Amino acid sequence: MELLTTIAGVVLITLFGIIAGLFLIGVDRICAARMQMRQGPPLTQPFTDIRKLLCKDSVVPANAIPSLFNAAPIVAFASAVTVLFYLPLGSILPVGTPLPMIGEYGDLILIMYLLTVPALAMVAGGFASGSPYASVGAQREMVTMIAYEFPLAIAIVAIAWRLAVEGLVMPFSVNTLAANPIWTVVGPVGIIGCILLLIVLAWVTPAELSRIPCDTPEAETELCGGLLVEYSGRNLALFSLSMAAKLVAMAGLAVLLFFPWNLSPVLGMSGVMAAGVDLIFFLLKVIVVMFFSVSLVRVVMARFRINTVVSLYWGWLTTIGLIGMFLIILDGSILSAGCFL
Amino acid sequence: MSQKKAPYELPIGPIHPALKEPINFTFQMNGEVVEKVNFSPGRAHRGIEWMGMRRNPVQILHLCDRICGICGVAHALVFAQAVEQIADIEVPDRAYYVRTIIAEFERIQSHILWAGVAAHELGFDTLFYLAWQIREESVDVIEYITGNRVNYGIMMLGGTRRDITVDMFPRLEQALQYYEGLLEKMVNLFLNDKTIAMRCKNTGILTKRRALELATVGPTSRASGLAMDVRIDSPYAAYGDLDFDIVLPDVYGSDGTGDVYDRIIVRIFEVKQSIDIIRQCMKQMPEGPVLAEEKYAKLLMNLKKASGEAFARVEAPRGEDMHYVRMNGKQEAPEMWKVKASTYSNQMAWVEILQGEQIADIPIIVASIDPCMSCTDRVAVVSTDGDAGIMTKEHLHRLSVEKTRRLQA
Repeated sequence: MELLTTIAGVVLITLFGIIAGLFLIGVDRICAARMQMRQGPPLTQPFTDIRKLLCKDSVVPANAIPSLFNAAPIVAFASAVTVLFYLPLGSILPVGTPLPMIGEYGDLILIMYLLTVPALAMVAGGFASGSPYASVGAQREMVTMIAYEFPLAIAIVAIAWRLAVEGLVMPFSVNTLAANPIWTVVGPVGIIGCILLLIVLAWVTPAELSRIPCDTPEAETELCGGLLVEYSGRNLALFSLSMAAKLVAMAGLAVLLFFPWNLSPVLGMSGVMAAGVDLIFFLLKVIVVMFFSVSLVRVVMARFRINTVVSLYWGWLTTIGLIGMFLIILDGSILSAGCFL
Repeated sequence: MSQKKAPYELPIGPIHPALKEPINFTFQMNGEVVEKVNFSPGRAHRGIEWMGMRRNPVQILHLCDRICGICGVAHALVFAQAVEQIADIEVPDRAYYVRTIIAEFERIQSHILWAGVAAHELGFDTLFYLAWQIREESVDVIEYITGNRVNYGIMMLGGTRRDITVDMFPRLEQALQYYEGLLEKMVNLFLNDKTIAMRCKNTGILTKRRALELATVGPTSRASGLAMDVRIDSPYAAYGDLDFDIVLPDVYGSDGTGDVYDRIIVRIFEVKQSIDIIRQCMKQMPEGPVLAEEKYAKLLMNLKKASGEAFARVEAPRGEDMHYVRMNGKQEAPEMWKVKASTYSNQMAWVEILQGEQIADIPIIVASIDPCMSCTDRVAVVSTDGDAGIMTKEHLHRLSVEKTRRLQA
């Protein structure tokens, strides 16, 4: 019985990840188009694109390593969807709700590691393509990954640390984070720190998702698609789907860390209704997060050079993140000192 | 696989998103840095000169419109000037002003088109859409004047085919005011934007000395601080009567390093200059006809009799455009017609300005000289083994001697 619910949970969340991700990409494309004085594609365009890609042949280049080349998209897609198992989708928490029993043992640290797997798979696929464009793209992706992981880790660790100071037992647990929104825990100094960390996370998102200004690994006008240049057909469809799922995961992570509130307690609902309302509310929050950290940023900026990406993330964002962390630590010490008095 | 040892080879082109026209670059790379540049044009050769030398000058004039999709009027104007010199055609003064107005509107649309392409190369698509939307106004005005958006077909040997009458001025003025209003916005968006400045400043530097040595022309040379502009150095059309200065990058306080940023400055401020020139033209335009000889049959008869050679040049939006024409007075078609577009002079600068730059900057640096391969390509080498190789001067000479022998036999 437990096995059956687990399988049902996996299938449902995978479907949700695909549909929500493609829907988000559609929303992003329309938002960006309207800001650029264009009409933009219909909301169903990403779905149509995927359907078309799935019908097409996957071409494997002659000097590629076929096994690695074909495995990379599958690994990327699988890992991107796996992240979703460990994220709360509205009031559907990985632990405690009957449906998805799979995410029971996961926490934020696991999510952080899982988020790197799609990027690593893309790097492997890029190197396996045997194209100079893909090789350069793969190298750039590795460098980008090294650049953004540190600020991301700072943001996550700082928030979890603050929850731990508050006396919560499992600060990295997703349920703890969902139940205790960070804004309600911290004092005024901590709120400034949290805002700084929110800025850091908003900037990590475009890099994590390879969007302008950090789309250097793909860079259409430089590398004609970089990592993905040799991919076509089903393989490309899988990469597109993993990007879509990653978009939900990254925005969902920001929602979990900073905006974990739900609508159902306010409306006084319960049961399936509440889960549905919260899921829609979650999607709305995800759209807002995506609009500010992906759509808006990619519309108002030019692409960075790879060395600018590194100096931006290691220099500026790490500094902002460290200041934010420092403020949160200060906040924690002030409050705990207050308790002792 | 990256089993290729550094330096590895990175091919860009003949077809690549960074290039708007086919040309083949081969870069010797060391990591992200360009070590050596090689390029081979000749992928957009259409044999236009060959076609021209089998047609009469009026037909060639309209062929000239089609050499390039952007500077259509520049090629037609320069060819008309060359033939007018040979056949001693006296062009009416009013036609000179009409020619100048069209040429300047063409400059506006060409520079704004370039600005959009540059923004796209930088990955700044919003600016690309904005620039191309702004460009529509100048294309609309050109359509209002000539009847066509591209391939205007307004030039004629001995004048222009249509007049710009006083009742058309309000529409032109409206367009000029539209651009004046937007100019500040354009300057702000292109020159004050952090990401653009970060990508373009000190990128693709062409020093004044090297610009001179490589014989670059147009905005590319002006951005390096060379004060040269055919419109001022050897005035044609109505430019001799007008008052304007050469645009150099110091108009926006640049010290003239000759980088990509300076090339953006020059092009954007040349739009401003064009607005001013068109205003002056509308104010000073004399009365009179716009065509020296209205009857085509008579014009063609005169042209058939004309003999001699002439060489004319104009300042196309991309730089100096030269045509050489030789007619022998026996046949309708010219004996020789040679087109030298601005990119032909500018393209060698690529080798200089791409060296030592990053991959990320290749697209914008390649685009920064505003290349037009369809104007430039004069020859396509086709061999059975698919390898064009390198043609030396001796080899080309031997080929032409062989061909002359073949023709004589």
